[in-house]
Amino acid sequence: MSSRTLPLLFINLGGEMLYILAQRLRAQNTPADKAKKVMNDIITTMFNKKFLEELFKPQELYSKKALRTVFDRLAHASIMRLNQASMDKLYDLMTMAFKYQVLLCPRPKDILLVSFNHMDAIKDFVKDTPNILSQVDETYQQLVEMYTPLSSGEFQLIRQTLLIFFQDMHIRVSIFLKDKVQNSNGRFVLPTCGPVPHGTQVPGLIRLFSCTGEEVTRLQFNNGGNYTAALREGSFETFGDRVTKLGTNMYSVSRPVETHMSGTSKNSAQHTKINTAPNPLAKEELNLLAKLMGGLEIQKLGNADSGFRVNLFATDEEEEEALITRPDELSYGVINIQATKDQQANAELAKIMGEFTESGDQSPSASSKGDDLLAMMDELQYVQAALIGEGGWRDIKQGQQAAVSWDIWQ
Amino acid sequence: MYHKEKSIQIKNSASALYNNLSVLRIAPRRLTYFTVVHANVVNMVSASWDGLNYSHRQLQSKEPNVATSTSLIMQVAFCVLPSRDLLVVTSQKGIQIYESDGSIMVYWHALDTSDAPTAQAVFARGISAVWDNYICVGVSSGAILVFDVPSKGSNITLSEVLEEHKEPITDIASECSGSQECIADLVSADDGGNLCVWKSGKEFQLLNKIPGFDMSCSSVKLWKGIVVAGYGTGQIHLFEAVTGILHAEVNAHARWIYSLDIAPFSGLLLSAAEDSLVRVWHLTVTPETNSVEVAHLHNECVTDTQICGAKFCDGDGYAFAVTGYDLSEIIRYTQL
Repeated sequence: MSSRTLPLLFINLGGEMLYILAQRLRAQNTPADKAKKVMNDIITTMFNKKFLEELFKPQELYSKKALRTVFDRLAHASIMRLNQASMDKLYDLMTMAFKYQVLLCPRPKDILLVSFNHMDAIKDFVKDTPNILSQVDETYQQLVEMYTPLSSGEFQLIRQTLLIFFQDMHIRVSIFLKDKVQNSNGRFVLPTCGPVPHGTQVPGLIRLFSCTGEEVTRLQFNNGGNYTAALREGSFETFGDRVTKLGTNMYSVSRPVETHMSGTSKNSAQHTKINTAPNPLAKEELNLLAKLMGGLEIQKLGNADSGFRVNLFATDEEEEEALITRPDELSYGVINIQATKDQQANAELAKIMGEFTESGDQSPSASSKGDDLLAMMDELQYVQAALIGEGGWRDIKQGQQAAVSWDIWQ
Repeated sequence: MYHKEKSIQIKNSASALYNNLSVLRIAPRRLTYFTVVHANVVNMVSASWDGLNYSHRQLQSKEPNVATSTSLIMQVAFCVLPSRDLLVVTSQKGIQIYESDGSIMVYWHALDTSDAPTAQAVFARGISAVWDNYICVGVSSGAILVFDVPSKGSNITLSEVLEEHKEPITDIASECSGSQECIADLVSADDGGNLCVWKSGKEFQLLNKIPGFDMSCSSVKLWKGIVVAGYGTGQIHLFEAVTGILHAEVNAHARWIYSLDIAPFSGLLLSAAEDSLVRVWHLTVTPETNSVEVAHLHNECVTDTQICGAKFCDGDGYAFAVTGYDLSEIIRYTQL
């Protein structure tokens, strides 16, 4: 639908990811210098110039799988490591938070204010690092240029596109349940009270006019809610009071991040059935992904000690438990790559994947492009873990062949 | 005034799209068809009036002969013509017309994506049957495609392209009162809130243009020569179609209006919005005094749901049905 949706989706999800990681780093008592390095590395990668150039090009939204790939990469852009269960949970929280923000936005245009709230927080994270700060500032400019001229109808189209992306996601988030903004069935509370959006009148008035334009009658009716007048409008510039709280950081050390896996709507399983049918556009997506990831550099772990693991759960046992008990219909799936078809796209992806190799070694036996790709695909930790069903990325050895069959995409 | 009936379960949840519910009442067979859009799929339910039989069908928007193409659907609507009933599906790729039970595709029109600037979304949206043999479909460029439909068979042809709107079409409606006296028989609305009033024929005639106020008009209806328009601000405006005179302004909803419907025999108006509320109003149009009255009758709140479709199930407004974003059911209400 709208070809301008991807930048907003990426920036807002990225912003939520940073809020959650910042909270977990604090909760795990990570040394301040390491925590700062992680945040800076991820933000630098997020705002990489080439990457953003690709992102801002008019294009259709990625599939859920493709976007998950991008965020997996982003989360590993630093010395921090996440097990699959933690990465799943991180992604659940990010997506449910942004779904909440999109749904609750009073006007479609307010999605831009939500994006600015995330941007403002990101700017605050890197305020002491001038070179990253300038990248962030440039992105502000791009957002303002691209989105402030759009009409209300175009923003609604963006919103509708996002809502299709988030359709049928009802994962329960502990903070939302506690704050009573989400019901126990996973659906968000939509209050029929509070201020109306900017530009809207409080419902309840009927005005009738004569042919000459004079008002002849005024009638009141019961609006069935408890609405108040609109608040002032937030700032759509690169700075200023955004007025809305949507998109600001709701986590703190005392409000931990948890999700509940049970109680999801039974229709999510049916929905997933449609999604897991071979996607004929995957080839196009791969091309885009390859271009996009060309800008995402992964941190080479020179010394095993400098890397450390972040757990989104309270204990290691909980994390393992979560991996085992995650319902099938909620698995994010992976990008299945054609090993033999479409050499062009695969070659490009393979070349980029080569840059992601952790210790810099290529698999020595690889000769054909297919073998190259298979070997390098091993570096996509979550692919391996999901397909083989083993534990965290730590168990994967360099060059180990994945014993799986590759789906052939038409 | 109304009470809730048993809901109809559908295979997928409804997507957040304007006017996302279409209803076709088939009296001879004592059946009602409902259609709801979910991303790239149309969910069709055929419900028997005795409430005992439900059958489901799904249509995907696929270009024939192109196996790998799917696209998101913007709107689906039944078009009732004197000779036949058809089902029209509009998507990012084009327009598909099916027999009303969804069994056979009788026509396909691909949208020309070549001359649109790349950043602009391309899609078809806004569907209405008009007069005896026309189906009008809107396009994101603002154009309205007029198709000439024969009384049977698949020899549907593109008769005319109306280029008056400059912004994407949101909704199109034809005069539904059944009165032969109305001069105007079609109204079209766009994302800027602009309304065009037309007279159909071999060559459609533009009767009037009512300017918008920079706010999308998401749903529009035409009844007894009165245009009823719902906007993103939650307001409903009533205009005299041919003159553009504003007869009424209602601060109807606290959020973006997604659907309007009129029961032509009784003058009942249904409005539904993202604010979770469906409202029933009564319109009185007195041509002799050239006056229009609007009275509010009833509210229904669909808790925690952003409503995307609401339609009367019959011409008197005895029953209506509602769909909401992320909801896998069609909620029904009937008069007490």
